[in-house]
Amino acid sequence: MSANAKDQVERMLALVPYLRAREGIRVDDVAKDFGVKPAQIVKDLKVLWFCGLPNSVTGDMIDIDMDALDGEGVVRLSNADFLTRPLRLAPHEALALMVALRALRETAGQERDAVDRALAKLETAAGDVASRASAVDVHVDPVDAQTRAVVDSALRESKQLELTYYVPARDETTHRVVDPMRLIFSEGQVYLEAWCNRVDEVRMFRLDRITGAALLETPATPHAESHRVDLSRGIFQPDASDPLAVIELEPAARWVADYYPIDSQRELGGGRLQVSLRFRNERWLQRLILRLGGDARLVEPVLLSERVRRSAAEALKQYAS
Amino acid sequence: MTAHKSERLMNLTICLLVARHYISKERIREAVEAYHGLSDDAFDRMFDRDKEELRVLGVPIEVGTLDKAFDDEVGYRVRRDLFELPEVSLEADEAAVVGLAARVWQHASLASATTQGLRKLRAGGIAVDESALAIVEPQLATDEPAFDAVFAAVTHRRPLTFDYQRPGQEVSGTRRMEPWGIVSWHGHWYVVGHDEDRDATRMFRLSRISGQPTFTGRPDSFQAPADLDLRALAQSLAPPPPDSSATIRVRTGAGDALRRRAARSAPVDDNWTELELAFASAESLADELLSYGPDVVVVAPIEVRERVVRRLTAIAMDAA
Repeated sequence: MSANAKDQVERMLALVPYLRAREGIRVDDVAKDFGVKPAQIVKDLKVLWFCGLPNSVTGDMIDIDMDALDGEGVVRLSNADFLTRPLRLAPHEALALMVALRALRETAGQERDAVDRALAKLETAAGDVASRASAVDVHVDPVDAQTRAVVDSALRESKQLELTYYVPARDETTHRVVDPMRLIFSEGQVYLEAWCNRVDEVRMFRLDRITGAALLETPATPHAESHRVDLSRGIFQPDASDPLAVIELEPAARWVADYYPIDSQRELGGGRLQVSLRFRNERWLQRLILRLGGDARLVEPVLLSERVRRSAAEALKQYAS
Repeated sequence: MTAHKSERLMNLTICLLVARHYISKERIREAVEAYHGLSDDAFDRMFDRDKEELRVLGVPIEVGTLDKAFDDEVGYRVRRDLFELPEVSLEADEAAVVGLAARVWQHASLASATTQGLRKLRAGGIAVDESALAIVEPQLATDEPAFDAVFAAVTHRRPLTFDYQRPGQEVSGTRRMEPWGIVSWHGHWYVVGHDEDRDATRMFRLSRISGQPTFTGRPDSFQAPADLDLRALAQSLAPPPPDSSATIRVRTGAGDALRRRAARSAPVDDNWTELELAFASAESLADELLSYGPDVVVVAPIEVRERVVRRLTAIAMDAA
């Protein structure tokens, strides 16, 4: 079936019971709830006008007040007693919703109880298909409960936080005062998005790297929603302006291509792989190459490659004695 | 043409929904105006197609015997109790978290499945608010090309066949499995199930599946074990618990992450602190310590120390 007709029938089956319960609702509001343009809702209504109980000449077709629709932009639908409830949740819909709620549960603080109650009700509503929801699981690494509690309070009470934060890329522990914005769970980790008053920019703080968090009495400064990181392309978006590293990987180091966002890759034969990836921090790249201990060769940037070699030579001296 | 087709499908649905018993194809043909004026063949084809399309949408069309006396004639119906979403009522805070769920999936097909589900809940009378500014925002993303097929196979319990590249290997091998479940672990998706060739439970990382998996069986052709515990299986991906101890030296100002997990720590002089670290695998500990370069020196055990020296030498000797 054309995607259009399928989408339209799917939408109309929900639209009828939705409108029965909301007499006189504005077309614009309907459109927002259904995630389509108002013109599409008007088209749907014009089709629904021809739908109804078959075999009866009058009275049993769905009735839509077209004057109210054209004139005031509001929807009045009647004569649809045969379609009072929406269709059941399809298995993939129930599963998508429940897995989303379970991810929310793992991330939630205080809301956890509400999530549990909502999940239980949806499971009942979904019926048989709910049992399949156990086939999908999202694992979240446990976060230190005390850190979590302090961060939650700061978010709820809009207070500033004083953070001690470890930056592994630089092997450095930092101190800063932040205005907390929200908690984000992404790629298996929980992050605090906050305005960092040290750099005057929004930063992401991985919760398991916060080694100290103190709730301050000072209220957090509200920051415009526009400062929130756009998550639509994932939490880490390699920037095309970041420098490119070219690395040759031995078979034992091929996992790097799985683990980090790779720009491009090329098989070199014998199980060896050449990858290019964007990096923001030179120390991070140096530490990665050191960790790979000869199973990787940094081809570019040449300058960094030389620095890694010197670093290894210096480390070796300490074993010479 | 969309409008005509949508109208026909809606009317067919309503016709089947209001019928209290199975009704014959002929009566459906009379009742749904769009079927008028078609040849018998054209009607049969159109009706069969419409029926299938509605089933794809989830309309539970049943086929049964019309009348016991004429047992060769079949009829169709939609049972209202199977068609309708049962009554759900959510408290305000429950509706709020359901609204947040709408933003979790960052993957097109799952995001649209969530949207479609929320639409039904709204139509069922729940006021779901999706605009609330969240202070908790989970994100489920996937860029694994095999995800949709694996998710569908798990949802509909269909066996799968795919090409799989084992870590560290260049060539892939074909795997056949009954996919019991999917688990997200540290941002990567894994499929767990019964490997038919090895006759054992196996776990595969979706990013290592090359090309598109193919379905190799009908829906509902297997049952996942009733006691399936994905979380426990996923634990097997975690490193084993530490059972050995290493002694290392850390330069002042460096290695905070190591200091925090040290079982014991004692200053050596102004420049160095000695730490005792628990570990499970000498290799992974050595590799981790390598990343600190000259800021860490391994004292013991000998196998960690030797691996570090060997690998540092490999880097230092590399004449690029």
